[in-house]
Amino acid sequence: MSMDRREFLKAAGLSAVAGLGAKGAFDLFMPGDVDASEHEGHSEHGEGHGGMAEAGPKVRLAMAIDVLQLKDHSKVDKIRAACDNAHNIPHWDSKDDEIKWIWEDEYEHVFPDSHNEYLADEVRELPFLLMCNHCDDPPCARVCPVEATFKRPDGIVAQDYHRCIGCRFCMAACPYGSRSFNWFDPRIPLKAEGRKLNPRFPTRMRGVVEKCNFCVERLAEGKKPACVEACPDVMIYGNLADPNSKIRKVLRERVSLRRKLELGTKPSVFYLV
Amino acid sequence: MIERALKGSPKYWGWVFFLLAVISVGFMCYLYQLKNGLGITGMSRDISWGVYIAQFTYFVGVAAGAVMLVIPKYLHHYQKYAKIVVFGEFIAIAAVTMCLLFIIVDIGQPMRMLNVLLHPTPHSMLFYDMIVLNGYLAINIIVGYNTLLADKKGLPCPGWVKPFIYLSIPWAISIHTVTAFLYAGVPGRHLWLTAVMAPRFLASAFAAGPSLLIMLLLFVQKVSKFRVDPEAIQSVAKTVCYAMIVNVFLMFMEFFTAYYSHIPGHIAPLEYLFFGLHGHDSLVGFMRFSMLAGFVGIGILLVPALRRQNGWLIAGVASVFIATLIDKGVGLVIGGFIPNPFETITEYSATMPEIMIAISIWAVGALVLTILYKLALSVREEQQIA
Repeated sequence: MSMDRREFLKAAGLSAVAGLGAKGAFDLFMPGDVDASEHEGHSEHGEGHGGMAEAGPKVRLAMAIDVLQLKDHSKVDKIRAACDNAHNIPHWDSKDDEIKWIWEDEYEHVFPDSHNEYLADEVRELPFLLMCNHCDDPPCARVCPVEATFKRPDGIVAQDYHRCIGCRFCMAACPYGSRSFNWFDPRIPLKAEGRKLNPRFPTRMRGVVEKCNFCVERLAEGKKPACVEACPDVMIYGNLADPNSKIRKVLRERVSLRRKLELGTKPSVFYLV
Repeated sequence: MIERALKGSPKYWGWVFFLLAVISVGFMCYLYQLKNGLGITGMSRDISWGVYIAQFTYFVGVAAGAVMLVIPKYLHHYQKYAKIVVFGEFIAIAAVTMCLLFIIVDIGQPMRMLNVLLHPTPHSMLFYDMIVLNGYLAINIIVGYNTLLADKKGLPCPGWVKPFIYLSIPWAISIHTVTAFLYAGVPGRHLWLTAVMAPRFLASAFAAGPSLLIMLLLFVQKVSKFRVDPEAIQSVAKTVCYAMIVNVFLMFMEFFTAYYSHIPGHIAPLEYLFFGLHGHDSLVGFMRFSMLAGFVGIGILLVPALRRQNGWLIAGVASVFIATLIDKGVGLVIGGFIPNPFETITEYSATMPEIMIAISIWAVGALVLTILYKLALSVREEQQIA
């Protein structure tokens, strides 16, 4: 491992301090995206999306993915590589052991509840990028017996790898298959691949669950999520609670899809088609 | 009283050491799992719970089954159960012990287990499951031990135990209801998202627990001088029969809702379990056998002429026990994960170390039960001589 405990704690401490000043960071990197008056917002559940945002929290982070842009498959690879490197995600040979934060799949697997055998070939063959939906009402956080996964006031569904007991209740509860479990020690393949590790993010240990964290560690430092940085034209992120944000603008202009809306989880990931 | 477990025939000791040997092999396998991670099991990203959680679920039911003797004895003063109710409570103690062990071997970071107490989370059903299971274990230890001790001394059951006996009734219902809520409350797993999950769990529990009790009571009469009133066993057998009928009835409710509504998501897991889905059918044989065994068991237990013969009776209750074991102890959990959230299929088969760990937990249950039954039998034999 190229990062020892002390270094990690230092980084974590810095992130925490930066977290307190996150409003400033938002203003700096996403002008107009965060309401300047308040970062914390009210963590009222239930409200949030689609025009009702005014009554809800002041910050509701979300991602819109411009799937049409992904016809250029190199962008998919670029995004995945950026995330893998930012979070030291190991590559396992077996599909059973895979750790996936952001990955591609076809329409029929992404929207299995909206089967359409007459769908345009163009859409059918698009690589949809899958990630944690950072639901407004996340079932994973509801079932976790130790609050190792929880919803932050800004809408990010976070995961504490140091508290997780590895019961995998969250994996059973997530209707999107967004969660991965470290069946073996993830440091083994990282070492075997000889990958250069990112010292700003901890590697995990076996026996805990992990998933996309919306790059909370990067946001806390005032950076953009790694996938957004890799392909800002594909990955559009912003504050849903702010009607003037970039993401709200693009959602007003383009047709968007969300996964399994009938379950009431209110996903924060939108697919622009 | 506990010292009576130390006096036994060579056969008794042979059995105890056999169980200890099985446990030690399983313990080695567990150490191997602890060192390498849960990857040594057949579980995967798609099938994230396997035989451990499935068996956990089943044995919660077996534990709850004891209430089928407690209610007639203590609420209706059905005295024919007076001598055998403690055997039901001791099954509950052994079964809950197994449940707790199945949870421990299933979690990825067992050394962090106490986080459940350190960060109590009332919106998680696992929080309540922890409370009800540990509570049920404590209640049954208190009630079982003290009622047996009173019998040994030839005294009536002490008054302070009575509230615990009455408490054990709703508590037994609660353990299996909460266990059903683990499944029935998660969105997106069609097989689990059903309001009859808890009722069906209770029905199969009241069939499975008493089935095991009948088999054990018939067995202990062979190895001890303790004699059970045949009418008591017949009454338990009727309970098994009715409970199993309710269980099968509720299962048909599931089939009707899925297949008559034609909703693909509801049909898919049942299709996988009983007919095979897109060429994946590794559980079909088991599930059909389970269903057949359930009907055979009901058939035998329903006919008084058959039920009264011990050979048929054993065949009947064994069929019910195996039917529910496969249905709830395998199919329910695996079927919930198939198809996965992307409507693709990953199948599951347990690995050798995983099976050995599960078998050794069975052996722990058997050992606990052996010791407790040894105590109970020695007291009952004395009573019969006196």
